[in-house]
Amino acid sequence: MAFESVFLQAFIYLAAALVAVVAGKRLGLGAVLGYLIIGAAIGPWGLGWIGGESEQVTHFAEFGVVVMLFLVGLEMRPTELWRMRRQIFGLGGMQVVLCALGLAGAAVAFGCHWKPALAMGMILAMSSTAIVLQSLAEKNLLRTEAGQNSFAVLLFQDLAVIPIIALLPLLATGAAHGTAGHASHDWMEGWPAWGRGLVTVGAVVLVVVIARLATRPLFRAIAKTRQREAFTAAALMLIIGIALLMTKVGLSAALGTFVAGVVLANSEYRHELESDLEPFKGLLLGLFFLGVGVGIDFGHIGRFPGTVLGLAAGLIVVKAVMMYALARLHRSPREPSFVFAAALAGGGEFAFVLIGLALGSGVFDESQGKTLTAGVAISMAATPLLILASHRLTARSMKKPVVERESDVQDEGAPVIICGFGRFGHIIGRLLRTQGIHSTVLDNDPDQVDTLRAIGMPVFFGDAGRPDMLLTAGAARAKILVIALKDVATTLNIVETARKHFPHLKIFLRAHSRAEAYELLDAGEERIYRDTLDTSLTLATDVLRELGTPAYTAYRVAKLYRRRDEIFLRKMAKHRHKDDDAFISAAREVQRTLDQVMREEPGHDFGDEGWVPPGADPNAKPSPKPESL
Amino acid sequence: MEDVLVIFAHPAFHRSRTNRALVAAARATEGVAVHDLYETYPDFLVDVRAEQRLLEQYRTVVLQHPFFWYSSPALLKEWLDLVLQFNWAYGPDGRALRGKVLAQAITAGGPEDAYRREGTNHFSVRELLSPFEQTARLCGMAYAEAFTVHAANHITEETRDEAARDYSRWLTSLRAGSVSLWLPGPE
Repeated sequence: MAFESVFLQAFIYLAAALVAVVAGKRLGLGAVLGYLIIGAAIGPWGLGWIGGESEQVTHFAEFGVVVMLFLVGLEMRPTELWRMRRQIFGLGGMQVVLCALGLAGAAVAFGCHWKPALAMGMILAMSSTAIVLQSLAEKNLLRTEAGQNSFAVLLFQDLAVIPIIALLPLLATGAAHGTAGHASHDWMEGWPAWGRGLVTVGAVVLVVVIARLATRPLFRAIAKTRQREAFTAAALMLIIGIALLMTKVGLSAALGTFVAGVVLANSEYRHELESDLEPFKGLLLGLFFLGVGVGIDFGHIGRFPGTVLGLAAGLIVVKAVMMYALARLHRSPREPSFVFAAALAGGGEFAFVLIGLALGSGVFDESQGKTLTAGVAISMAATPLLILASHRLTARSMKKPVVERESDVQDEGAPVIICGFGRFGHIIGRLLRTQGIHSTVLDNDPDQVDTLRAIGMPVFFGDAGRPDMLLTAGAARAKILVIALKDVATTLNIVETARKHFPHLKIFLRAHSRAEAYELLDAGEERIYRDTLDTSLTLATDVLRELGTPAYTAYRVAKLYRRRDEIFLRKMAKHRHKDDDAFISAAREVQRTLDQVMREEPGHDFGDEGWVPPGADPNAKPSPKPESL
Repeated sequence: MEDVLVIFAHPAFHRSRTNRALVAAARATEGVAVHDLYETYPDFLVDVRAEQRLLEQYRTVVLQHPFFWYSSPALLKEWLDLVLQFNWAYGPDGRALRGKVLAQAITAGGPEDAYRREGTNHFSVRELLSPFEQTARLCGMAYAEAFTVHAANHITEETRDEAARDYSRWLTSLRAGSVSLWLPGPE
């Protein structure tokens, strides 16, 4: 029975997620808003399919935020982070302080005592990392100035949660309701402040050390097994481990995994990690947004509609105005400032945690807590709408990314993607490199990857046979895709994916044999390079020379053979699907023509008639061969 | 040390009986070395430094080639384009070839009387070879009267053998410095 109920829950959630994504995208609202609305619809106050367990689901789904920050970290190199330090600490710091004070002031103006008002201010100053980043990503705004500023502020908010957690109990006016469920770091209770600090710093250092030193040999060993699920398991284990460690010392799990992501940003396993975790992130975040939707307490809103809606509206207005002013103060142009303000005006998921903590410490009473929770939920639900609206309003000037980051995305910006960097592919990559052309290389041989990285080639570990790897390798921006793999089935698989999702890519293919070349031709590809063709022709050329053929003649014969053979190959590919007899007779015909051509029989179109002057007309001379001067 | 370097260029050597005879004669002549360009560079990838070092060793350079379209085959042109570098062959410091003798041995399709004002080719052989003569001048070289085999793809076996013997004699007098010059060297 229990099983059945779990499956039923899972089915409802997954079905809801599907509907949310499809409907959200169709209506142009984006997936996040779709999740929130569907969540509210199936929740206890809507259809009632999902009930009280939504809190647990939300807790579980919070892991989606953690995975997301890990992935954001992977995209971010330490140097890039360092360049953003002014935005993070300047803009972020000012945002938290000013918004907290501003909102607290507003609360006092409405007759609140200063202590709960300040707590409220701090709690409401937080914005939703998950909703904002996901909505911005959906609208392709992450790389714009508004996106970068939003990201910097969100990052600082994650840092600011720690002192806020410490401050909240000091703001209590009522009696403590016992410790809140969240604080799992009570084991440090009674420790001196420096001891806690030391443990906290130690944990972060540990994360960096693990990510730096331990992951590479681990991933390498796992990669060698070539079991995809083992890699996924290892990636999830790493993230869950870090999340646990961070929670244990009272830090934000998302922040911890973000740090791990940044440390791993330069790793050759980056693309593999990204594409392994991407689906988990998507599903878990979807669950998370659904959970937020489910958790909106319409009963409480119904009882105090004015207070709750007023709170949500006031929160958005006050925060938006302050955000806009801050961004303008930071010399950000008008339009990005507008989007930035709209994105961060809502409340965030940290608010739920902090409200619970504040309730436990006796800062708020039950009703205040409920009002705040409902208000935050509504403002969160409004966030994707606000982003959508602000984006539409400023669409013209936001079209091109305002902040075009310099060459910090070399590998993604590479015009060439090479799948397979074995004995065939590496020559291509190296030659291109000598001409200053960068390629993003994918290879699934860990030893090969290590060797090449050691000599400074930008190679990434990844099974190029997986379509999702193409995206993470930057297929959207690349011009040329070189597939130099051993396996024709994998090659065809990549071709299919590339043609479907990235039709702009020009595909260059390696074929092992004539038979493989036929298959690739059947698939409609044209740029086919037979692995050993040139080598065999070179060998044949040298044999001819050894037997006394003049060097240039031998060279030319091989070149002519190659040119003719490419044409015949294409002819034969068409004959291949007829019956055997037809194929054999076509093959015979081709062989005869080839022989004829190469023996320079007169009257044929393709012979080597070079350097024969008019006086040496082969038909007019008794000589068996055309004569030159 | 040998004195005469024959730079030979023919893309279809196996089809040219006259040039085969001439090359054989040159190889057999004392003090003459033959350097076959199409054999050395079937891919046209001329090794410029090696060619220059080779040229530096000889006093007389003969370009032997069929007279394709009143000029040389492509690889010899490529060779000239690449090897006769500025400040090596010509230019303020280009003295590597100065005082040496350049000569040409060509096999032409047309008969002798075709190379005159009233003939089918309208110009004399010397006139048609003027780009080479000017090349010699620019490099500070003397330019010898060319050795020409006319109607090279029509001649009889005997005429061809005679041409080969003449060629050998011509090379020997080049070596001795007794060949008449179209262009004297610089003072």
